[in-house]
Amino acid sequence: MKKEWPLWEVFIRGQHGLNHRHVGSLHAPDAEMAIKNARDVYTRRKEGVSIWVVPSAQITASDPGAKDALFEPSMDKIYRHPSFYDIPDEVGKM
Amino acid sequence: MYAQMVKTDATKVRSLSEMTEQERAFQERIDRGEKIEPTDWMPEGYRKTLIRQIGQHAHSEIVGQLPEGNWITRAPTLERKAILLAKVQDEAGHGLYLYCAAETLGVSRDELIELLHAGKMKYSSIFNYPTLTWADIGAVGWLVDGAAIMNQVPLQRTSFGPYSRAMIRICKEESFHQRQGYDIMMKMAKGSPAQRRMAQDALNRFWYPSLMMFGPSDKDSVHSAQSMAWKIKINTNDELRQKFVDQTVPQAEYLGLTVPDENLKWNEEKGGYDFSEPDWSEFFEVLKGNGPCNRERMEARVRAWEDGAWVRDGLMAHADKRVAARTAAE
Repeated sequence: MKKEWPLWEVFIRGQHGLNHRHVGSLHAPDAEMAIKNARDVYTRRKEGVSIWVVPSAQITASDPGAKDALFEPSMDKIYRHPSFYDIPDEVGKM
Repeated sequence: MYAQMVKTDATKVRSLSEMTEQERAFQERIDRGEKIEPTDWMPEGYRKTLIRQIGQHAHSEIVGQLPEGNWITRAPTLERKAILLAKVQDEAGHGLYLYCAAETLGVSRDELIELLHAGKMKYSSIFNYPTLTWADIGAVGWLVDGAAIMNQVPLQRTSFGPYSRAMIRICKEESFHQRQGYDIMMKMAKGSPAQRRMAQDALNRFWYPSLMMFGPSDKDSVHSAQSMAWKIKINTNDELRQKFVDQTVPQAEYLGLTVPDENLKWNEEKGGYDFSEPDWSEFFEVLKGNGPCNRERMEARVRAWEDGAWVRDGLMAHADKRVAARTAAE
């Protein structure tokens, strides 16, 4: 029998109050071992306070070819940013 | 350098006008300093060369544990033992970051390991030299990790996203490795006459193999030129070797040790040292498998892999069984 351990994506919360962030991946037979391995591989120097692992096969990614269709429309909506609006100084801080 | 003489399949570096439209768009992204991600289109040569380079780099980290692991049970104090354990554990981590980066290119870790064990992939020549005394552990940290840092710091800017991110992580941890090595050398160099002799002997044996780590001059190499155009290599081998010598010689002087090179001399004009080339015939013999420890290293790797097979298979079988039990219960 020969079967390679599946790949897991590892997410670490660096400090309390921050989001978990993707830090890399690793191989492990199951979720429990993936957490144990992630602890050794990615948090040897106090890099985190919490670990998530997700089977890599479970990640759905956007199509890199659809980048323009997905993200281009937000480029011309500059009115979504506060700096689009000129508020006179007399009004004070807003 | 942890990856030596990586081939690119290129026979010449093509100009933008000689490329297909897709290739040109790719090269222009690299020229603009954009990062290439695994799902982006890339030329086959870029993918293959990176698998070779990152794979060789990963293998070097893993095989590199062996010469130092040799001294974990023999470290002179409990503190030195804890430090060495932490360092060797880091090397395992570095290997894993790099295997994962290589895997994003469509090769599996097991495939890479099998290629190494079949002698079809290489690891750095430096790990085929023995660590005969405790001072060698100092010399390895100081010189070998020092040379690795020289190469890895610029690679943080490499064009391939996963490789760049792995390099950034590795560089953060690598400085500890060099400093703990130099700390051992300081202790030995300021110690008894016997300790001083050991420190000098370690420097004598590791100096030229460390210079070889950067690989032979590649100023006329088409592979090197192609890798530099792709930004998977940032400096020439000679540039990095010169930088390494310029940085290391004053450190040896501080220790009161003599670099084993009669021709070593400060060259005011170039603002760097003149130094002797290592014996490149020795380097090629080591690459061919005829270095002092090549067979021992590969035997240790293959044995560890084969002896661990039942554990890997057992854990996988257990995980599969639990999934099956859960599915049946639903």
